[in-house]
Amino acid sequence: MIRVQREDFDVGVELERLAAGNHRIGGVASFVGLVRDMGGGDRVSALTLEHYPGMTQKKLTEIETEAHRRWPLDAVLIIHRYGRLEPGDRIVLVATASPHREAALAACHFLIDWLKTDAPFWKSEETPAGERWVESRAEDEDAKQRWTNPP
Amino acid sequence: MKLLYFAWLRARIGCAEEDVGLPPGVQDVAGLLGWLQSRDSRYAEALQNLSVVRVAVNKEYVGREHPLREGDEVAIFPPVTGG
Repeated sequence: MIRVQREDFDVGVELERLAAGNHRIGGVASFVGLVRDMGGGDRVSALTLEHYPGMTQKKLTEIETEAHRRWPLDAVLIIHRYGRLEPGDRIVLVATASPHREAALAACHFLIDWLKTDAPFWKSEETPAGERWVESRAEDEDAKQRWTNPP
Repeated sequence: MKLLYFAWLRARIGCAEEDVGLPPGVQDVAGLLGWLQSRDSRYAEALQNLSVVRVAVNKEYVGREHPLREGDEVAIFPPVTGG
C-alpha cells in the first residue's frame, strides 16, 4: 500500500496493522526516515518536501510491485510525507512483512534505496544562510545499483 | 503540451506549469530543452547545466531522444532527493 500525505503517522499503529490477521507472517521489517538538524555542515531548522503528485504515486506503486516480484512478501507499506517538516519529524516509513526475516529485511532495504533515486520528491532546507535545495548524492545512486541484479 | 517544473527549476523559471504548442521543428526531449533555452534569459539560466536536469514524459522517466507529441505532459526537474 502506498500513501503520500502531509500528516504524520504512528509507526506502532502502522506496523501492527500491516501484519494484523495474517498469521503466515513471521517478520515485519521497517525503515523510518527522519529530518536531521544538520545538512552540508549547516544547522537545518526545517525542511520542505515538494513532489510531483501523479508521478509519485505511479513510481511508488512500480517500486512496490518490483519488491513483490523479487521477494515472497505478504504486505508492503510505504508512507511518504510532503510539506514543511522540522528536525526529528518523520519523513518516510517503509515496512515489509514476510513469512521469513531475510525477505522482509532485504525488501525493506531495496525499497528505501529505490525510493530515494526514483520517487519524484525534492527537499529544500532552511538554514541560517537562507533556504536552499538539497542536492542529490552519488551515494544514493550507488546504493540503488546494489540491487541491479535480482536475487 | 503541458510543461511542469519542479524544485529549483520551478523557482528559477518562475513558473510551475504552462501550456505550449509543440514548437515547430521540435521532435524530441533534446529539441524541447534547446527550444526552452532559447526562449529567454530565465529559461537559459535555469537550463544551462542539462546534466542536472531530468525529464519525465507522461509520468515516466525518459532520455533526451524520447519523441514528443502534442498533448504530452512533460515534467522537467532536478535529480530527486526524497526519502
